[in-house]
Amino acid sequence: MNINLTLIGQSITFLFFVWFCWKFVWPPLLGVMKEREQKIATGLAEAERAGKDLELAQRKAAEQLKEAKEQAAEIIDGANKRSNQIIDEAKQAALAEGDRLKAAAKAEIEQEVNRAKEQLRARVAELSVAGAEKILSVNIDAKAHDDLIDKLAAEL
Amino acid sequence: MAGEAQTATDYIQHHLQNMAYGKLPAGYTRADGTVLSEPTWTLAHSSQEATDMGFWALHLDTLGWSIGLGLIFCFLFARAAKKATPGVPGGFQSFVELVTDFIDKLVKETFPHRNSMVAPMALTIFVWVFLMNLMDLVPVDWLPMAAAKAAGNDHLFFKVVPTTDPNATLGMALAVFALMIFFSIKEKGAIGFIKELTLHPFHTGKWYFDMLLIPFNFLLEAVSLIAKPISLGLRLFGNLYAGEMIFILIAIVFGVGVLGFIGAGLMHMGWAIFHVLVITLQAFVFMVLTTVYMAMAHHRDEEHEHDQ
Repeated sequence: MNINLTLIGQSITFLFFVWFCWKFVWPPLLGVMKEREQKIATGLAEAERAGKDLELAQRKAAEQLKEAKEQAAEIIDGANKRSNQIIDEAKQAALAEGDRLKAAAKAEIEQEVNRAKEQLRARVAELSVAGAEKILSVNIDAKAHDDLIDKLAAEL
Repeated sequence: MAGEAQTATDYIQHHLQNMAYGKLPAGYTRADGTVLSEPTWTLAHSSQEATDMGFWALHLDTLGWSIGLGLIFCFLFARAAKKATPGVPGGFQSFVELVTDFIDKLVKETFPHRNSMVAPMALTIFVWVFLMNLMDLVPVDWLPMAAAKAAGNDHLFFKVVPTTDPNATLGMALAVFALMIFFSIKEKGAIGFIKELTLHPFHTGKWYFDMLLIPFNFLLEAVSLIAKPISLGLRLFGNLYAGEMIFILIAIVFGVGVLGFIGAGLMHMGWAIFHVLVITLQAFVFMVLTTVYMAMAHHRDEEHEHDQ
Protein backbone atom coordinates (compact mmCIF):
# COMPACT_ATOMS: atom_id res chain seq x y z
CA MET A 1 0.00 0.00 0.00
CA ASN A 2 3.04 2.25 -0.01
CA ILE A 3 3.47 4.77 -2.74
CA ASN A 4 6.82 4.11 -4.34
CA LEU A 5 8.68 3.87 -7.62
CA THR A 6 5.99 1.55 -8.97
CA LEU A 7 3.97 4.72 -9.59
CA ILE A 8 6.50 5.99 -12.11
CA GLY A 9 7.00 2.53 -13.56
CA GLN A 10 3.29 2.18 -14.14
CA SER A 11 3.14 5.63 -15.77
CA ILE A 12 5.89 4.69 -18.20
CA THR A 13 4.26 1.34 -18.92
CA PHE A 14 0.96 3.08 -19.54
CA LEU A 15 2.48 5.58 -21.95
CA PHE A 16 4.33 2.79 -23.75
CA PHE A 17 1.19 0.73 -24.29
CA VAL A 18 -0.75 3.81 -25.40
CA TRP A 19 2.03 4.61 -27.86
CA PHE A 20 2.07 1.03 -29.13
CA CYS A 21 -1.68 0.97 -29.62
CA TRP A 22 -1.57 4.40 -31.28
CA LYS A 23 1.11 3.36 -33.75
CA PHE A 24 0.50 -0.31 -34.47
CA VAL A 25 -3.02 -1.30 -33.50
CA TRP A 26 -5.37 1.57 -34.16
CA PRO A 27 -4.43 2.69 -37.71
CA PRO A 28 -4.59 -0.73 -39.42
CA LEU A 29 -7.78 -1.68 -37.58
CA LEU A 30 -9.58 1.53 -38.46
CA GLY A 31 -8.21 1.39 -41.99
CA VAL A 32 -9.61 -2.06 -42.52
CA MET A 33 -12.93 -1.10 -40.97
CA LYS A 34 -13.21 2.00 -43.16
CA GLU A 35 -12.29 0.01 -46.22
CA ARG A 36 -14.98 -2.54 -45.47
CA GLU A 37 -17.49 0.21 -44.81
CA GLN A 38 -16.70 1.68 -48.20
CA LYS A 39 -16.96 -1.71 -49.84
CA ILE A 40 -20.35 -2.27 -48.33
CA ALA A 41 -21.47 1.22 -49.32
CA THR A 42 -20.39 0.74 -52.92
CA GLY A 43 -21.95 -2.71 -52.92
CA LEU A 44 -25.25 -1.30 -51.75
CA ALA A 45 -25.09 1.53 -54.26
CA GLU A 46 -24.36 -0.96 -57.01
CA ALA A 47 -27.24 -3.15 -55.94
CA GLU A 48 -29.53 -0.15 -56.00
CA ARG A 49 -28.29 0.83 -59.43
CA ALA A 50 -28.73 -2.74 -60.66
CA GLY A 51 -32.29 -2.67 -59.35
CA LYS A 52 -32.93 0.55 -61.23
CA ASP A 53 -31.32 -0.90 -64.35
CA LEU A 54 -33.51 -3.95 -64.05
CA GLU A 55 -36.63 -1.83 -63.73
CA LEU A 56 -35.55 0.19 -66.75
CA ALA A 57 -34.85 -2.92 -68.76
CA GLN A 58 -38.20 -4.39 -67.79
CA ARG A 59 -39.94 -1.23 -68.87
CA LYS A 60 -38.02 -1.23 -72.13
CA ALA A 61 -38.81 -4.87 -72.72
CA ALA A 62 -42.51 -4.23 -72.11
CA GLU A 63 -42.39 -1.33 -74.55
CA GLN A 64 -40.65 -3.41 -77.16
CA LEU A 65 -43.11 -6.23 -76.68
CA LYS A 66 -45.98 -3.83 -77.17
CA GLU A 67 -44.36 -2.43 -80.30
CA ALA A 68 -43.74 -5.91 -81.63
CA LYS A 69 -47.34 -6.85 -81.04
CA GLU A 70 -48.47 -3.77 -82.88
CA GLN A 71 -46.15 -4.57 -85.72
CA ALA A 72 -47.35 -8.13 -85.85
CA ALA A 73 -50.95 -6.98 -85.95
CA GLU A 74 -50.05 -4.58 -88.76
CA ILE A 75 -48.28 -7.32 -90.67
CA ILE A 76 -51.20 -9.71 -90.23
CA ASP A 77 -53.54 -6.99 -91.39
CA GLY A 78 -51.42 -6.34 -94.46
CA ALA A 79 -51.17 -10.04 -95.19
CA ASN A 80 -54.91 -10.42 -94.95
CA LYS A 81 -55.41 -7.54 -97.30
CA ARG A 82 -52.82 -8.91 -99.65
CA SER A 83 -54.30 -12.38 -99.65
CA ASN A 84 -57.72 -10.96 -100.43
CA GLN A 85 -56.17 -8.98 -103.21
CA ILE A 86 -54.40 -12.08 -104.58
CA ILE A 87 -57.61 -14.06 -104.45
CA ASP A 88 -59.41 -11.28 -106.29
CA GLU A 89 -56.68 -11.08 -108.86
CA ALA A 90 -56.71 -14.85 -109.32
CA LYS A 91 -60.46 -14.74 -109.75
CA GLN A 92 -60.12 -12.03 -112.37
CA ALA A 93 -57.38 -13.96 -114.16
CA ALA A 94 -59.42 -17.14 -114.10
CA LEU A 95 -62.43 -15.34 -115.49
CA ALA A 96 -60.33 -13.77 -118.23
CA GLU A 97 -58.73 -17.11 -119.05
CA GLY A 98 -62.16 -18.74 -119.17
CA ASP A 99 -63.40 -16.07 -121.54
CA ARG A 100 -60.37 -16.46 -123.71
CA LEU A 101 -60.73 -20.25 -123.82
CA LYS A 102 -64.40 -19.88 -124.60
CA ALA A 103 -63.62 -17.47 -127.42
CA ALA A 104 -60.94 -19.79 -128.81
CA ALA A 105 -63.29 -22.75 -128.65
CA LYS A 106 -65.95 -20.73 -130.33
CA ALA A 107 -63.55 -19.73 -133.10
CA GLU A 108 -62.46 -23.32 -133.56
CA ILE A 109 -66.00 -24.52 -133.68
CA GLU A 110 -66.76 -21.86 -136.26
CA GLN A 111 -63.72 -22.93 -138.21
CA GLU A 112 -64.84 -26.57 -138.03
CA VAL A 113 -68.30 -25.60 -139.06
CA ASN A 114 -66.89 -23.61 -141.94
CA ARG A 115 -64.69 -26.48 -142.96
CA ALA A 116 -67.57 -28.91 -142.73
CA LYS A 117 -69.60 -26.48 -144.76
CA GLU A 118 -66.78 -26.32 -147.30
CA GLN A 119 -66.57 -30.09 -147.42
CA LEU A 120 -70.25 -30.39 -147.58
CA ARG A 121 -70.27 -27.85 -150.36
CA ALA A 122 -67.55 -29.74 -152.22
CA ARG A 123 -69.38 -32.99 -151.69
CA VAL A 124 -72.62 -31.40 -152.88
CA ALA A 125 -70.78 -30.15 -155.95
CA GLU A 126 -69.34 -33.56 -156.51
CA LEU A 127 -72.68 -35.21 -156.01
CA SER A 128 -74.33 -32.75 -158.30
CA VAL A 129 -71.56 -33.38 -160.83
CA ALA A 130 -72.02 -37.10 -160.30
CA GLY A 131 -75.81 -36.73 -160.59
CA ALA A 132 -75.34 -34.70 -163.68
CA GLU A 133 -72.98 -37.24 -165.12
CA LYS A 134 -75.39 -40.04 -164.29
CA ILE A 135 -78.12 -38.16 -165.95
CA LEU A 136 -75.84 -37.40 -168.86
CA SER A 137 -74.60 -40.98 -169.25
CA VAL A 138 -78.08 -42.33 -169.40
CA ASN A 139 -79.08 -39.80 -171.87
CA ILE A 140 -76.01 -39.42 -173.95
CA ASP A 141 -73.45 -42.20 -173.85
CA ALA A 142 -73.70 -44.70 -171.06
CA LYS A 143 -71.09 -46.95 -172.55
CA ALA A 144 -68.63 -44.15 -173.15
CA HIS A 145 -68.67 -43.01 -169.53
CA ASP A 146 -68.90 -46.36 -167.85
CA ASP A 147 -65.50 -46.05 -166.25
CA LEU A 148 -66.28 -42.64 -164.86
CA ILE A 149 -69.55 -43.82 -163.35
CA ASP A 150 -67.89 -46.82 -161.78
CA LYS A 151 -65.27 -44.62 -160.26
CA LEU A 152 -67.93 -42.32 -158.90
CA ALA A 153 -69.79 -45.23 -157.41
CA ALA A 154 -66.69 -46.52 -155.78
CA GLU A 155 -65.94 -43.13 -154.31
CA LEU A 156 -69.38 -42.85 -152.81
CA MET B 1 -6.48 -20.61 4.14
CA ALA B 2 -2.79 -20.26 3.52
CA GLY B 3 -1.69 -22.38 6.44
CA GLU B 4 -3.68 -23.39 9.53
CA ALA B 5 -1.48 -21.52 11.95
CA GLN B 6 -2.33 -18.17 10.37
CA THR B 7 -4.94 -15.96 11.94
CA ALA B 8 -7.56 -14.22 9.85
CA THR B 9 -5.80 -10.89 10.32
CA ASP B 10 -2.49 -12.34 9.14
CA TYR B 11 -4.23 -13.87 6.16
CA ILE B 12 -5.82 -10.58 5.15
CA GLN B 13 -2.64 -8.60 5.70
CA HIS B 14 -0.66 -11.12 3.74
CA HIS B 15 -3.05 -10.77 0.84
CA LEU B 16 -2.90 -7.00 0.87
CA GLN B 17 0.90 -6.71 0.75
CA ASN B 18 2.64 -6.33 -2.56
CA MET B 19 5.86 -8.04 -3.48
CA ALA B 20 8.15 -5.07 -2.83
CA TYR B 21 11.73 -5.00 -4.04
CA GLY B 22 13.87 -2.25 -2.60
CA LYS B 23 16.94 -1.26 -0.63
CA LEU B 24 17.21 -1.73 3.13
CA PRO B 25 19.86 0.33 4.90
CA ALA B 26 22.83 -1.05 6.82
CA GLY B 27 22.07 -1.97 10.42
CA TYR B 28 18.41 -2.67 9.63
CA THR B 29 16.77 -5.42 11.69
CA ARG B 30 14.85 -7.70 9.37
CA ALA B 31 11.55 -9.42 10.10
CA ASP B 32 13.29 -12.67 11.10
CA GLY B 33 15.60 -10.85 13.54
CA THR B 34 18.81 -10.76 11.46
CA VAL B 35 20.64 -7.47 11.22
CA LEU B 36 21.98 -6.26 7.87
CA SER B 37 25.68 -5.41 7.83
CA GLU B 38 25.47 -3.34 4.65
CA PRO B 39 22.75 -1.74 2.45
CA THR B 40 21.00 -4.53 0.57
CA TRP B 41 18.59 -4.69 -2.37
CA THR B 42 16.09 -7.39 -1.50
CA LEU B 43 12.46 -8.48 -1.39
CA ALA B 44 10.52 -7.24 1.61
CA HIS B 45 9.63 -10.03 4.04
CA SER B 46 7.08 -8.02 5.97
CA SER B 47 4.84 -5.00 5.51
CA GLN B 48 7.12 -3.04 7.85
CA GLU B 49 10.13 -3.81 5.66
CA ALA B 50 8.21 -2.71 2.58
CA THR B 51 7.34 0.58 4.29
CA ASP B 52 10.92 1.10 5.41
CA MET B 53 12.17 0.73 1.85
CA GLY B 54 10.68 4.17 1.22
CA PHE B 55 9.99 5.54 -2.24
CA TRP B 56 12.80 3.71 -4.04
CA ALA B 57 11.10 0.32 -4.17
CA LEU B 58 9.24 -1.51 -6.88
CA HIS B 59 6.17 -3.69 -6.58
CA LEU B 60 7.28 -6.53 -8.79
CA ASP B 61 3.89 -8.26 -8.82
CA THR B 62 1.99 -5.12 -9.79
CA LEU B 63 4.43 -4.24 -12.55
CA GLY B 64 4.77 -7.83 -13.70
CA TRP B 65 1.06 -8.45 -14.01
CA SER B 66 0.25 -5.09 -15.53
CA ILE B 67 3.05 -5.35 -18.09
CA GLY B 68 2.16 -8.97 -18.81
CA LEU B 69 -1.52 -8.16 -19.32
CA GLY B 70 -0.61 -5.10 -21.37
CA LEU B 71 1.58 -7.28 -23.56
CA ILE B 72 -1.27 -9.74 -23.99
CA PHE B 73 -3.48 -6.86 -25.08
CA CYS B 74 -0.84 -5.53 -27.47
CA PHE B 75 -0.08 -8.96 -28.88
CA LEU B 76 -3.69 -9.96 -29.46
CA PHE B 77 -4.80 -6.65 -30.89
CA ALA B 78 -1.70 -6.09 -32.99
CA ARG B 79 -2.04 -9.58 -34.42
CA ALA B 80 -5.72 -8.99 -35.17
CA ALA B 81 -4.83 -5.64 -36.75
CA LYS B 82 -2.11 -7.24 -38.85
CA LYS B 83 -4.31 -10.07 -40.03
CA ALA B 84 -7.37 -7.90 -40.51
CA THR B 85 -8.92 -7.96 -43.96
CA PRO B 86 -11.68 -5.79 -45.36
CA GLY B 87 -13.48 -8.98 -46.37
CA VAL B 88 -15.64 -11.10 -44.08
CA PRO B 89 -14.02 -10.85 -40.61
CA GLY B 90 -13.26 -13.93 -38.54
CA GLY B 91 -14.34 -14.47 -34.94
CA PHE B 92 -11.56 -12.71 -33.08
CA GLN B 93 -11.28 -9.96 -35.67
CA SER B 94 -15.00 -9.30 -35.27
CA PHE B 95 -14.58 -9.02 -31.53
CA VAL B 96 -11.62 -6.67 -31.84
CA GLU B 97 -13.48 -4.57 -34.39
CA LEU B 98 -16.55 -4.48 -32.18
CA VAL B 99 -14.52 -3.10 -29.27
CA THR B 100 -12.62 -0.70 -31.54
CA ASP B 101 -15.77 0.56 -33.17
CA PHE B 102 -17.49 1.02 -29.81
CA ILE B 103 -14.54 3.05 -28.50
CA ASP B 104 -14.18 5.01 -31.73
CA LYS B 105 -17.83 6.10 -31.63
CA LEU B 106 -17.67 6.97 -27.96
CA VAL B 107 -14.51 9.02 -28.37
CA LYS B 108 -15.95 10.81 -31.39
CA GLU B 109 -18.93 11.82 -29.27
CA THR B 110 -17.01 13.02 -26.23
CA PHE B 111 -13.86 14.29 -27.90
CA PRO B 112 -14.67 16.67 -30.77
CA HIS B 113 -11.08 17.86 -31.31
CA ARG B 114 -8.40 16.66 -33.68
CA ASN B 115 -6.00 14.33 -31.94
CA SER B 116 -5.28 10.88 -33.30
CA MET B 117 -3.87 9.71 -29.97
CA VAL B 118 -6.97 9.93 -27.83
CA ALA B 119 -8.98 7.11 -29.36
CA PRO B 120 -6.15 4.55 -29.25
CA MET B 121 -5.46 5.65 -25.70
CA ALA B 122 -9.09 5.05 -24.80
CA LEU B 123 -8.89 1.58 -26.37
CA THR B 124 -5.70 0.79 -24.48
CA ILE B 125 -7.18 1.96 -21.20
CA PHE B 126 -10.43 0.10 -21.63
CA VAL B 127 -8.94 -3.25 -22.57
CA TRP B 128 -5.88 -3.08 -20.36
CA VAL B 129 -7.71 -1.90 -17.24
CA PHE B 130 -10.42 -4.47 -17.93
CA LEU B 131 -7.82 -7.24 -18.13
CA MET B 132 -6.16 -6.05 -14.92
CA ASN B 133 -9.53 -5.88 -13.18
CA LEU B 134 -10.37 -9.31 -14.54
CA MET B 135 -7.59 -10.79 -12.42
CA ASP B 136 -9.85 -10.01 -9.49
CA LEU B 137 -12.15 -12.85 -10.57
CA VAL B 138 -9.41 -15.43 -10.21
CA PRO B 139 -9.94 -16.97 -6.76
CA VAL B 140 -7.76 -15.02 -4.34
CA ASP B 141 -5.51 -17.89 -3.29
CA TRP B 142 -4.78 -19.67 -6.56
CA LEU B 143 -2.04 -17.55 -8.03
CA PRO B 144 -0.39 -16.43 -4.75
CA MET B 145 -0.20 -20.05 -3.52
CA ALA B 146 1.08 -21.26 -6.87
CA ALA B 147 3.71 -18.52 -6.81
CA ALA B 148 4.66 -19.37 -3.23
CA LYS B 149 5.05 -23.05 -4.17
CA ALA B 150 7.09 -22.16 -7.24
CA ALA B 151 9.35 -19.86 -5.24
CA GLY B 152 9.56 -22.28 -2.32
CA ASN B 153 8.69 -19.48 0.07
CA ASP B 154 5.39 -19.78 1.95
CA HIS B 155 5.43 -16.14 2.91
CA LEU B 156 5.96 -14.73 -0.55
CA PHE B 157 3.82 -11.65 -1.07
CA PHE B 158 2.00 -11.85 -4.37
CA LYS B 159 -0.89 -9.63 -5.40
CA VAL B 160 -2.27 -10.52 -8.79
CA VAL B 161 -4.65 -7.59 -9.32
CA PRO B 162 -2.55 -4.56 -10.32
CA THR B 163 -5.51 -2.21 -10.00
CA THR B 164 -5.76 -2.94 -6.25
CA ASP B 165 -2.37 -1.28 -5.91
CA PRO B 166 -2.75 2.52 -5.69
CA ASN B 167 0.64 2.82 -7.37
CA ALA B 168 -0.78 1.30 -10.54
CA THR B 169 -3.99 3.33 -10.70
CA LEU B 170 -2.36 6.59 -9.60
CA GLY B 171 0.52 5.88 -11.97
CA MET B 172 -1.88 5.71 -14.88
CA ALA B 173 -3.73 8.77 -13.61
CA LEU B 174 -0.38 10.57 -13.36
CA ALA B 175 0.37 9.77 -16.99
CA VAL B 176 -3.09 11.06 -17.94
CA PHE B 177 -2.41 14.17 -15.90
CA ALA B 178 0.89 14.72 -17.68
CA LEU B 179 -0.88 14.39 -21.02
CA MET B 180 -3.55 16.83 -19.85
CA ILE B 181 -0.93 19.45 -19.00
CA PHE B 182 0.98 18.72 -22.21
CA PHE B 183 -2.04 19.12 -24.47
CA SER B 184 -3.34 22.15 -22.54
CA ILE B 185 -0.06 23.96 -23.14
CA LYS B 186 0.19 22.68 -26.70
CA GLU B 187 -3.32 23.80 -27.60
CA LYS B 188 -3.59 27.05 -25.67
CA GLY B 189 0.03 27.99 -25.18
CA ALA B 190 1.64 28.47 -21.77
CA ILE B 191 0.02 31.90 -21.41
CA GLY B 192 -3.39 30.57 -22.31
CA PHE B 193 -3.04 27.77 -19.79
CA ILE B 194 -1.96 30.16 -17.05
CA LYS B 195 -4.84 32.47 -17.96
CA GLU B 196 -7.21 29.54 -17.66
CA LEU B 197 -5.86 28.81 -14.20
CA THR B 198 -5.94 32.38 -12.95
CA LEU B 199 -8.79 34.22 -14.65
CA HIS B 200 -11.52 31.61 -14.14
CA PRO B 201 -14.08 31.08 -12.83
CA PHE B 202 -14.37 34.63 -11.43
CA HIS B 203 -13.93 37.29 -14.00
CA THR B 204 -15.11 40.88 -13.99
CA GLY B 205 -13.65 42.41 -17.12
CA LYS B 206 -11.87 45.13 -15.14
CA TRP B 207 -8.17 44.33 -14.86
CA TYR B 208 -7.65 45.71 -11.32
CA PHE B 209 -10.46 43.52 -10.02
CA ASP B 210 -9.14 40.55 -11.95
CA MET B 211 -5.71 41.03 -10.37
CA LEU B 212 -7.29 40.78 -6.96
CA LEU B 213 -9.18 37.63 -7.98
CA ILE B 214 -6.10 35.81 -9.30
CA PRO B 215 -5.07 34.03 -6.07
CA PHE B 216 -8.62 33.03 -5.40
CA ASN B 217 -9.15 31.73 -8.92
CA PHE B 218 -5.83 29.94 -8.91
CA LEU B 219 -6.65 28.17 -5.67
CA LEU B 220 -9.97 26.91 -7.05
CA GLU B 221 -8.60 25.94 -10.45
CA ALA B 222 -5.51 24.24 -9.05
CA VAL B 223 -7.60 22.16 -6.69
CA SER B 224 -10.00 21.15 -9.42
CA LEU B 225 -7.10 20.38 -11.76
CA ILE B 226 -5.25 18.22 -9.26
CA ALA B 227 -8.44 16.57 -8.07
CA LYS B 228 -8.95 15.13 -11.56
CA PRO B 229 -6.06 12.65 -11.67
CA ILE B 230 -6.34 11.84 -7.99
CA SER B 231 -10.03 11.05 -8.17
CA LEU B 232 -9.43 9.16 -11.42
CA GLY B 233 -6.81 6.93 -9.84
CA LEU B 234 -8.43 6.52 -6.45
CA ARG B 235 -11.85 5.67 -7.88
CA LEU B 236 -10.48 2.68 -9.73
CA PHE B 237 -8.27 1.67 -6.83
CA GLY B 238 -11.06 2.01 -4.28
CA ASN B 239 -13.57 -0.05 -6.22
CA LEU B 240 -11.14 -2.86 -6.95
CA TYR B 241 -9.58 -2.79 -3.50
CA ALA B 242 -12.97 -3.10 -1.87
CA GLY B 243 -13.93 -5.89 -4.23
CA GLU B 244 -10.70 -7.74 -3.53
CA MET B 245 -11.20 -7.27 0.19
CA ILE B 246 -14.62 -8.86 0.05
CA PHE B 247 -13.25 -11.80 -1.94
CA ILE B 248 -10.60 -12.25 0.76
CA LEU B 249 -13.23 -12.12 3.52
CA ILE B 250 -15.37 -14.66 1.68
CA ALA B 251 -12.27 -16.84 1.28
CA ILE B 252 -11.87 -16.84 5.09
CA VAL B 253 -15.45 -18.04 5.49
CA PHE B 254 -14.63 -21.08 3.31
CA GLY B 255 -12.62 -22.48 6.20
CA VAL B 256 -15.49 -22.35 8.74
CA GLY B 257 -17.08 -25.80 8.58
CA VAL B 258 -19.41 -27.30 5.99
CA LEU B 259 -22.05 -24.62 6.36
CA GLY B 260 -19.40 -21.94 5.97
CA PHE B 261 -18.10 -23.68 2.87
CA ILE B 262 -21.50 -23.76 1.19
CA GLY B 263 -22.35 -20.24 2.30
CA ALA B 264 -19.01 -18.91 1.13
CA GLY B 265 -19.44 -20.69 -2.17
CA LEU B 266 -22.78 -18.98 -2.74
CA MET B 267 -21.46 -15.63 -1.59
CA HIS B 268 -18.39 -15.97 -3.75
CA MET B 269 -20.51 -16.75 -6.78
CA GLY B 270 -22.88 -13.85 -6.13
CA TRP B 271 -20.10 -11.37 -5.55
CA ALA B 272 -18.18 -12.59 -8.60
CA ILE B 273 -21.22 -12.16 -10.83
CA PHE B 274 -21.78 -8.69 -9.47
CA HIS B 275 -18.10 -7.96 -9.80
CA VAL B 276 -18.14 -8.73 -13.51
CA LEU B 277 -20.24 -5.59 -13.82
CA VAL B 278 -18.01 -3.60 -11.53
CA ILE B 279 -14.77 -4.39 -13.32
CA THR B 280 -16.24 -3.58 -16.73
CA LEU B 281 -17.85 -0.43 -15.44
CA GLN B 282 -14.67 0.78 -13.75
CA ALA B 283 -12.61 0.16 -16.89
CA PHE B 284 -15.25 2.05 -18.84
CA VAL B 285 -15.36 4.93 -16.36
CA PHE B 286 -11.58 5.29 -16.35
CA MET B 287 -11.61 5.41 -20.13
CA VAL B 288 -14.49 7.88 -20.44
CA LEU B 289 -13.07 10.23 -17.80
CA THR B 290 -9.66 10.17 -19.47
CA THR B 291 -11.31 11.09 -22.77
CA VAL B 292 -13.32 13.84 -21.10
CA TYR B 293 -10.19 15.25 -19.43
CA MET B 294 -8.43 15.20 -22.80
CA ALA B 295 -11.37 17.05 -24.32
CA MET B 296 -11.17 19.63 -21.52
CA ALA B 297 -7.46 20.04 -22.13
CA HIS B 298 -8.14 20.72 -25.80
CA HIS B 299 -11.11 22.95 -25.17
CA ARG B 300 -10.57 26.68 -25.71
CA ASP B 301 -12.90 28.90 -23.80
CA GLU B 302 -13.68 30.98 -26.88
CA GLU B 303 -16.73 32.89 -25.62
CA HIS B 304 -14.79 33.95 -22.57
CA GLU B 305 -12.05 35.49 -24.66
CA HIS B 306 -14.64 37.37 -26.65
CA ASP B 307 -15.95 38.96 -23.44
CA GLN B 308 -12.71 40.80 -22.87
